Amino acid sequence: MTDTTRTDTSSADDIPIAYVPDPPRMRESPEQLRARIPGWGADLDPADRPSHPKLRYAPDDTGAHWRFPERQPGAEQRERSIEHAFVTPVFGTAQPLHGLSGAIRRLAYRRYSEARLGHWALLVVGDRVDAWGSHLRSFASLHPDNPITETGILAELHADGTARSGRSDRRHQLLDPVVVAGPWVAAAAGAFLGGRRLLRRMR
Amino acid sequence: MRAMTYRGPYKLRVEEKDRPRIEHPNDAIVRVQLAAICGSDLHLYHGLMPDTRIGHTFGHEFIGVVDEIGSSVQHLQVGDRVMVPFNIFCGSCWFCARGLYSNCHNVNANATAVGGIYGYSHTTGGYDGGQAEYVRVPFADVGPVKIPEWMHDEDAVLLTDAAATGYFGAQLGEIAEGDTVVVLGAGPVGLIAAQSAWLMGAGRVIVVDHLVERLEKARTMAHAETLNYDELDDVVVELKKQTDYLGADVVIEAVGAESDGSCLQHIAGTKLKLQGGSPVALNWAIDGVRKGGTVSVVGAYGPIPAAVKFGDALNKGLTMRMNQTPVKRQWPRMFEHVRNGHLTPREMVTHRFPLEGISEAYHVFSAKLDGCIKPLILPSAS
Repeated sequence: MTDTTRTDTSSADDIPIAYVPDPPRMRESPEQLRARIPGWGADLDPADRPSHPKLRYAPDDTGAHWRFPERQPGAEQRERSIEHAFVTPVFGTAQPLHGLSGAIRRLAYRRYSEARLGHWALLVVGDRVDAWGSHLRSFASLHPDNPITETGILAELHADGTARSGRSDRRHQLLDPVVVAGPWVAAAAGAFLGGRRLLRRMR
Repeated sequence: MRAMTYRGPYKLRVEEKDRPRIEHPNDAIVRVQLAAICGSDLHLYHGLMPDTRIGHTFGHEFIGVVDEIGSSVQHLQVGDRVMVPFNIFCGSCWFCARGLYSNCHNVNANATAVGGIYGYSHTTGGYDGGQAEYVRVPFADVGPVKIPEWMHDEDAVLLTDAAATGYFGAQLGEIAEGDTVVVLGAGPVGLIAAQSAWLMGAGRVIVVDHLVERLEKARTMAHAETLNYDELDDVVVELKKQTDYLGADVVIEAVGAESDGSCLQHIAGTKLKLQGGSPVALNWAIDGVRKGGTVSVVGAYGPIPAAVKFGDALNKGLTMRMNQTPVKRQWPRMFEHVRNGHLTPREMVTHRFPLEGISEAYHVFSAKLDGCIKPLILPSAS
């Protein structure tokens, strides 16, 4: 418990408190804080805090009416961490593995545990392959990717100019377009140069 | 149904997808009425979370109406209005039986180091999320709770993650009466952490950020002192001066893997992805807390390593406590605090977007345009 009878912060002889044995002192008394702050001290007793103690054995309070859940069908082809004994009884079925990115991701899950950097590096590579494969496939569809609408950049046109000064990305504003648009520009330039070379060879 | 879908880093759109179906007897299908974008969704949006697949629907903060239930569901009925914790959890594994709902072992086949989370990549289980018209909710008898009649919908949706995480972060700090508590980050989690620190008896609460509108909110909503690190040469030195060279008793890190404050870290971690994000705030927490003090980490980090000053944490004898929030465990007590006005989550809502405008919503939130603190998504309005 801190000494609440004094309200300054420095020690009696003005030596900073870190260098002397005095206890730190509150700037305001509990009464002052209670008057100023709604609910001050309502959870002062750790017993009132829902996360105390950290481990609280109460299996009957969760709503579960099973010891082990019934198994969801379809686990046979489902990738899993090799740190698991089996595919968990319930699992997500969104975006199943497919194509080259799926092969890379499956290798990450089959070959490496979560403890190995190779696991995560392969998953990141799989993400990039997935993204570029999807972009390319989209151009052969009725709904091609549109970097203007999909980046939400049009919001800049509606933004309140007076509020722009507080934006979080002003330090790296020049970098963001490079990161977002750079690969598209590079791919377009590569396609243009490749196409030109091909045309010249055909002539 | 209409759903937000990921198209690669910094890109997403709304697409027509199949309505989710019952895949397990204890599933429910929920028609989403209100969702939110979480700061941690930005880590996915920026491509920082491994195994984020094209076509994935984000969204782990949502409320809605039960539209369909599986054959073993006993506690919910079609038509119930529910709030759904961001954790997917079974209620019966070793961890759930001990209250660690965010660490459930029965729901995430892809990883053991993190539990199941709606719409948060395959690293957290591969479940589509709630920024859509419908969402599959596993273990309907365990996670969702009927929304109390008196509760405002915007409070309810924020209680599914951001507000609960702020409250949990203050608890992890093990705050004692009179403690000086520093909260790094004045986003939704940090603001509620600051309010919660007072409930636990803090003597001073200091919030650190660099966005002026958020610091203003910390002063008015959370009654906190504020520090703008843009105006400081060295925020750690300022924290030492503010605390008589002792350091804070407790520092709550409510920023996570994309901290600003160091351009070098930002480029290396967030842009070039040479490490698992930019742990600037976590390092400030370690350096700004007093020796023997406690660092509470509720900012979100992924599984890829980052350059954290662990040596300083060791040499200062720190207690470091952290976890994804076991949300449902927080609710009964939090409901009291919201009803009494001690915690005021909906005060943080600044923007409301229809689902069809979600690309712009992410950009506005990511760039913090227009003083954005918390954006909500309204699927039914789209």
